[in-house]
Amino acid sequence: MKSGAQILIEGLKEQGVDIIFGYPGGVVLPIYDELYDADIRHVLVRHEQAAIHAADGYARASGRTGVCLATSGPGACNLVTGLATAYMDSIPVVAITGQVPTSLLGNDAFQESDITGITMPVTKHNFLVQDARDLKRIIREAFHIASTGRKGPVLIDIPKDVSTAMIPDVDGPGEQPRLRGYKPKYQGHSKMIQRAVDLLLKAERPIIYAGGGVILSDASRELVTLAERMCMPVSTTLMGLGCIPTSHPLNLGMLGMHGTEYANYAITESDLLFSIGVRFDDRVTGKIEAFAPHAKIIHIDIDPAEIGKNKQPDVPIVGDAKSVLLEMISKIPESCPHPEWSERVESWKKNHPLRFQEDGKLHPQYVIKKLAEILGKKGIIVSEVGQNQMWAAQWFSFTRPRQWISSGGLGTMGYGFPASMGAHFACPDEPVVVLAGDGSFQMNIQELGTVAQYNIPVKVIILNNRFLGMVRQWQQLFYEHRYSYTELPEVHFERIAQAYGIEAATVTRASDVEEAIKAALAHPGPYVLDVRVEREENVFPMVPAGANISEMIVGHHTEHEEE
Amino acid sequence: MTAHIFSVLVEDSPGVLSRVTGLFSRRGFNIESLAVGHCEQPDTSRITIVVTGNDFQIEQVKKQLNKLIEVIKVIDISEYEHVERELALIKLKAEPGSNRSEIMQIAGIFRAKIIDVGNETLVVEVTGDSGKIAAIQDLLSPYGILELVRTGKIALQRGSSTVCAGR
Repeated sequence: MKSGAQILIEGLKEQGVDIIFGYPGGVVLPIYDELYDADIRHVLVRHEQAAIHAADGYARASGRTGVCLATSGPGACNLVTGLATAYMDSIPVVAITGQVPTSLLGNDAFQESDITGITMPVTKHNFLVQDARDLKRIIREAFHIASTGRKGPVLIDIPKDVSTAMIPDVDGPGEQPRLRGYKPKYQGHSKMIQRAVDLLLKAERPIIYAGGGVILSDASRELVTLAERMCMPVSTTLMGLGCIPTSHPLNLGMLGMHGTEYANYAITESDLLFSIGVRFDDRVTGKIEAFAPHAKIIHIDIDPAEIGKNKQPDVPIVGDAKSVLLEMISKIPESCPHPEWSERVESWKKNHPLRFQEDGKLHPQYVIKKLAEILGKKGIIVSEVGQNQMWAAQWFSFTRPRQWISSGGLGTMGYGFPASMGAHFACPDEPVVVLAGDGSFQMNIQELGTVAQYNIPVKVIILNNRFLGMVRQWQQLFYEHRYSYTELPEVHFERIAQAYGIEAATVTRASDVEEAIKAALAHPGPYVLDVRVEREENVFPMVPAGANISEMIVGHHTEHEEE
Repeated sequence: MTAHIFSVLVEDSPGVLSRVTGLFSRRGFNIESLAVGHCEQPDTSRITIVVTGNDFQIEQVKKQLNKLIEVIKVIDISEYEHVERELALIKLKAEPGSNRSEIMQIAGIFRAKIIDVGNETLVVEVTGDSGKIAAIQDLLSPYGILELVRTGKIALQRGSSTVCAGR
């Protein structure tokens, strides 16, 4: 006989889980008691939101499924933002929540919340375990659903009496997954693949638009091979960064609202848009009717519902990016140049580079450029959300997939710092650097307690402008400089970090940046670097919301400097 | 904008209806009618949903339904030759000495049944397509409809075709 809690822990071990981020509470006591001497590591966070972001960061950095654990009611509710974050970016996470005993369900019992009801729209699937005998099967199903097809978060809600129930431990057919309605399709339709190849070979101005799906399906190598054979430039979404090295000659960087000028021009003039693992999100396409207006569109995605959702493709391919790309490569000759197109793209790249004022002042872009130089090929960059995220996406030099961790679809401020803890446990030998704003960092600043307790050596670089910078930028550009509730008071992050026993420093001059970053990276434990950057720096280029992506605001002077 | 009849085979588990209807409201699809019940296969329920939308919306409804883990199969039955029925119960004012016989005649023409006779009321049961139910409602309304309740539409393909769940 085994308890439900015992079956849960054994089920997690069966799935290869080696770390859980969690926070205990009343109804998960039986599970925590089982964890006490289990050989699964548990990291005690300071807020459940951090537990799920850490599990998500672990999943993004490792490619494996991240796991978090929270109690019922408030604990479970605190997971919602993290579930929505993982859902929007298709990240495999299994969240386990405690629930009040089945006899009290629906009674508004102490710390009861209908978490399966609440999280239905933000999970790929969720389960309320009503009987301990279903637990083994449900754990298997949950991990299977989270990590296959279009990946995503799955929640398992376990009432306390299910954890404590003693049942015989069997492994019969009843404990095997039975998912009649879930059969993800990996293999692309061969006729469609042939049509895509024909279009590619006929195209004169082809371009790749690659997204997070490429990273999730581990198809980066295939993508680069195909791009090189076709001499085809590659633009990526925020989620796709790292699928081709930033320094690769065919790389055009990010497209869309804060994309490079050359990526947006190339998309607009292309005659073939080869879209892989993307959603045609509004932050990418701008005005959708004017997005790639001259191009035939090939769209590969593992989720049939993404195809034609925002833009109707000429060739739809439902399947796994890696397997489809491999099949396409086998049908494409070794070299297929487009010299005129390449030259045109090159000239855009040369004439419209990303830029900022290199005037000796402390610009945030400069900090990121220096960080990239110092890290070289090493490091995992985790961003918060806002200007810090866009500057990181534009200015860091990525060398490989899973090196860039950022909340794309949901844009969750407060995601980065807790996610970095997960990234560290996924890749303990890599330096993990958080690029944060002072606004975002303060959304989950309590996790300083966690990184201090476990000596998690993440380095937080705060690009501190004492503004909610991205909103301020919109207020400056579109609301006549009316900075409504976006200014933040000065905070001495260095002293806060020190109060937690964490090493920290403050930088106010550009000339000190390099040394300060080196010192942070050389320190064996966690480190907070408060960098006081130019306060009203803007992220450019910028496509105003809903505008045509070829019509960018490219000004690179800060408001302050124009005066 | 045309009406489509979706037959959706789902796992017979708690919360499955809420997943389906939640999806409709979340994605802004409009449900015109909905009927749900067990079907011929064990552990399986069949939901019939009538949705109005343009081709693009209908395509999305189908794809989004298919993404739900507990949805086993989705078929747009209006694409095929099919039969469809709704049922309505209508409670009418019919005091002794009033128009009871007229009401019963109208019911007879519609092959409707009187399933309850009270001192002052009658309850009429009618099945048919939406048009037939609207017609009898129209004809009966002058007599004073006290209450009307109708099911959602249910439908099956004609001939030997079935919506088979497979196992």
